[in-house]
Amino acid sequence: MAEPTINLEQSFYEVKNYKSPILNWILSTDHKRIGLLYLYSIMTFFVVGALLGLAMKLELIAPGKTIMEAQTYNAAFTFHGIIMIFLIIIPGLPAVFGNFLLPIMIGAKDVAFPKLNLLSWWIYVLGAIVALLSQVMGDGPPDTGWTFYAPYSFKTTSTVLPALIGAFILGFSSILTGLNFIVTIHRMRAPGMTWLKMPLFPWTLYATAWIQLLATPVVGITLLMVIAEKMFQIGFFDPALGGDPILFQHLFWIYSHPAVYIMILPAMGVISEVIPTFCQKTIFGYKAIIASTLLIAFVGYFVWGHHMYTAGMSDTALWLFSLLTFLVAIPSAIKIFNWIATLYKGSINLEIPLYWALGFLFLFMIGGLTGLVLGSVATDVYVHDTSFVVAHFHFVMFGGTGTGFFAALHYWFPKMYGKSYDNTWAKVGFWGFIIGFMMLYMPMFTLGMQGMPRRYFDYLEQFHGGNILSSFGAIILIASLAIVIINLVTSAKRGKKAPKNPWDGITLEWQVDSPPTLENFETIPVVEKGPYDYKK
Amino acid sequence: MINRELIDASNLVAGVDKAFWVILTISFIFLIGLTITMLYFVYKYNKKRNPKATQIEGSIKLEIIWTTIPLALVLLMFYYGWQGYTPVTGDPPDDAMEVTAVARMWSFQFQYENGKKTDTLYLPKDKPVKINMKSLDVIHGLFIPAFRVKSDMVPGRDDMFRWFIPHLEGKFDLFCTEYCGLSHSYMYTSAVVMPEDKFNEWYKDTTKVVIPAGGKPGQAGLGVMKRIGCIACHSSDGSRLIGPSFKGLYNQPKVVIIGKEEKEITADDEYIKRSIFEPNAEIVKGFNKGLMLSYKDQLTDEEIELIIEYLKTL
Ligand code: HEC
Ligand SMILES: [Cu+2]
Ligand SMILES: [Cu+2]
Repeated sequence: MAEPTINLEQSFYEVKNYKSPILNWILSTDHKRIGLLYLYSIMTFFVVGALLGLAMKLELIAPGKTIMEAQTYNAAFTFHGIIMIFLIIIPGLPAVFGNFLLPIMIGAKDVAFPKLNLLSWWIYVLGAIVALLSQVMGDGPPDTGWTFYAPYSFKTTSTVLPALIGAFILGFSSILTGLNFIVTIHRMRAPGMTWLKMPLFPWTLYATAWIQLLATPVVGITLLMVIAEKMFQIGFFDPALGGDPILFQHLFWIYSHPAVYIMILPAMGVISEVIPTFCQKTIFGYKAIIASTLLIAFVGYFVWGHHMYTAGMSDTALWLFSLLTFLVAIPSAIKIFNWIATLYKGSINLEIPLYWALGFLFLFMIGGLTGLVLGSVATDVYVHDTSFVVAHFHFVMFGGTGTGFFAALHYWFPKMYGKSYDNTWAKVGFWGFIIGFMMLYMPMFTLGMQGMPRRYFDYLEQFHGGNILSSFGAIILIASLAIVIINLVTSAKRGKKAPKNPWDGITLEWQVDSPPTLENFETIPVVEKGPYDYKK
Repeated sequence: MINRELIDASNLVAGVDKAFWVILTISFIFLIGLTITMLYFVYKYNKKRNPKATQIEGSIKLEIIWTTIPLALVLLMFYYGWQGYTPVTGDPPDDAMEVTAVARMWSFQFQYENGKKTDTLYLPKDKPVKINMKSLDVIHGLFIPAFRVKSDMVPGRDDMFRWFIPHLEGKFDLFCTEYCGLSHSYMYTSAVVMPEDKFNEWYKDTTKVVIPAGGKPGQAGLGVMKRIGCIACHSSDGSRLIGPSFKGLYNQPKVVIIGKEEKEITADDEYIKRSIFEPNAEIVKGFNKGLMLSYKDQLTDEEIELIIEYLKTL
């Protein structure tokens, strides 16, 4: 669409191919605009998902019915899960920051297939709309949980089909983004940027893209099978039709476990960018971090069975999956050690993005360490399907990926908008987040160890104490998130102008304008140094 | 886990709690140690105190150390985790008592070898028990926290079981842990462990329903329905649950759907019997097929009589 009149020196926001401002966004093939389109869609869904979470927590503040009926509650946790998993954290970091920054960080003008990139966003929107239709069509919103376990998903009278079709469509968006990034990274790195001179965020996007490409089709097929079974009574999973419900669980987790790494790896990449910049120091163990990234992506395929220890697998399968699960913990541990070692003898500039990165380390450590409880057979059989599991994956997904997302947002905000945000409010938001988060999710570990099952609308008196604390935590958490988001939104509009390189970063994105021009670079840079080579 | 009893409630408790202890202790040490190190570095090497960073690319020696030590530790955790589970792997001892747990939306029933059926799990103390896991509709889970026992109950799979030895007398919570729809959180009952002689006394007494003497007419019928779980889906006060309310049902006209045709019938004794034994033959208009399962072989004629007596009072 490059018209001759485009001025390559102005910011990409100024580039107008259409008269209508909306068309300028939704038909743009500029990777930066597409990244922002994803950001705005994801943030909108996030607000909905977070409020649903709050509503559930308020319901649980006391035993018995508090603010909603059991059916509403069941629909709420299903919708919360579908939004948070399929619409937010799976696309999440790659779609937003990957799109905006990957080309710039490897010294390219755009991704390899800009039109395909726009198509991915459109498919994402289509999938989201179809999934949302399930909320308004038929006999009420789905109440199966985001896992759609058979045969409940066949028995329920709620509207499951659109949600499944929506998830199926969203899968294609994920696959196309993955494909685009793989080709971009292979083909479009700037001259001199060898694989081992590539920054770590692109590296994690690369590993993630392969999982997206290889694992997503499995869930696609599974969802198709469920859809076929629902529409044409072909008995794959429903024992009433001669199917096997456990087969569904295997297929579901063969995708959904690797998907956990789709969610967390890019966040690890963000942390690997933020820490060196704010330490003004090269990252400790660059190659070890890359190796552990690839190892996680690979071993992650073989551990799905740890979601199914109580589903009647053989004893051999139990210990084998347990052993593999423990092994996959090692590469994550290696990363933590390398990040902390990077702090050692750095010259640390304690700014907001580093707060979030340190918050990530702390919360992710709790998430990872409690994962060990779930990897071990004896303890997992005890806490499986209790609120312990819910707490664990919120520490990993929200404390890990979510916190990583906010680290990324605060780190690259000046680049994306050319503005700076208010530091005081950002700090208030951060501390509220950590306090609310711990108060919300820590009691859920003890509740699980007391035996409180998950997906519980109501509970016995012995679980009351922990739930009260947890609900108040949720209120603090939501208030803090509101502060964080409002601060960023108002700063994007009215913030002070930010310098080109506010944090003294040395990766390529800090050498281009803030906000970048349409083609990012006037001349494609030639890379000679490693990405974190701070030696002056 | 939290209230550690003096006697282990089952033969699983010691191993499971040990695995918890090993994993959580190591985890706490790491969490606290790493967090303090991190905060200390952030303080010590703040740019005010350390204006110039020392560039350190990495260290093979350190990478090896912090790969092998965690590796050894996770293998240790793996070992205790597996050990904690082995008391109940494989087949149960020959003298184990068998109980079949049957789950449906949203109640449990326990069937004993002599034909006794209950909604509470009664067990003799210190005797191995093998629980066969059955489900009639969707996946449920049987979870007795005090015993550290949990198993999914999968429809269509008749080979699943869990065995253990209860060691502590008393009444313990028993929950459904696999999400199974509307009343999942109300699907719980208890496991009662009794000394062997008392258990045997209870076990031999196979008189079917204990009809409470006196009381309002039909109360016995309500008792039956509570025990077998009808009230999870049917109310007595007119409110709509999964199934139609029983209020104003008896001997009143009713529109049902047979196949694809609508038909008006009267809810007489025969209709109610059919509704209980073949619930999916005639579907009440406005409700869904396949949710209520047949209670054939689960209710005696006397019990049906009692239920009808109760319905008459509504
Ligand atoms: C899982 C939920 C569930 C349970 C448990 C259940 N039912 Fe039902 N029942 C239904 C549904 C749904 C219908 C309406 C559809 C139909 O007619 O099959 C129904 C219909 C009926 C009807 C016909 C009512 C009318 O208005 O015509 C009767 C009578 C009945 N059930 C009795 C019982 C009894 C007695 C029990 C316990 C032994 C029981 N049900 C247990 C769900 C349930
Ligand atoms: Cu259940
Ligand atoms: Cu349940």
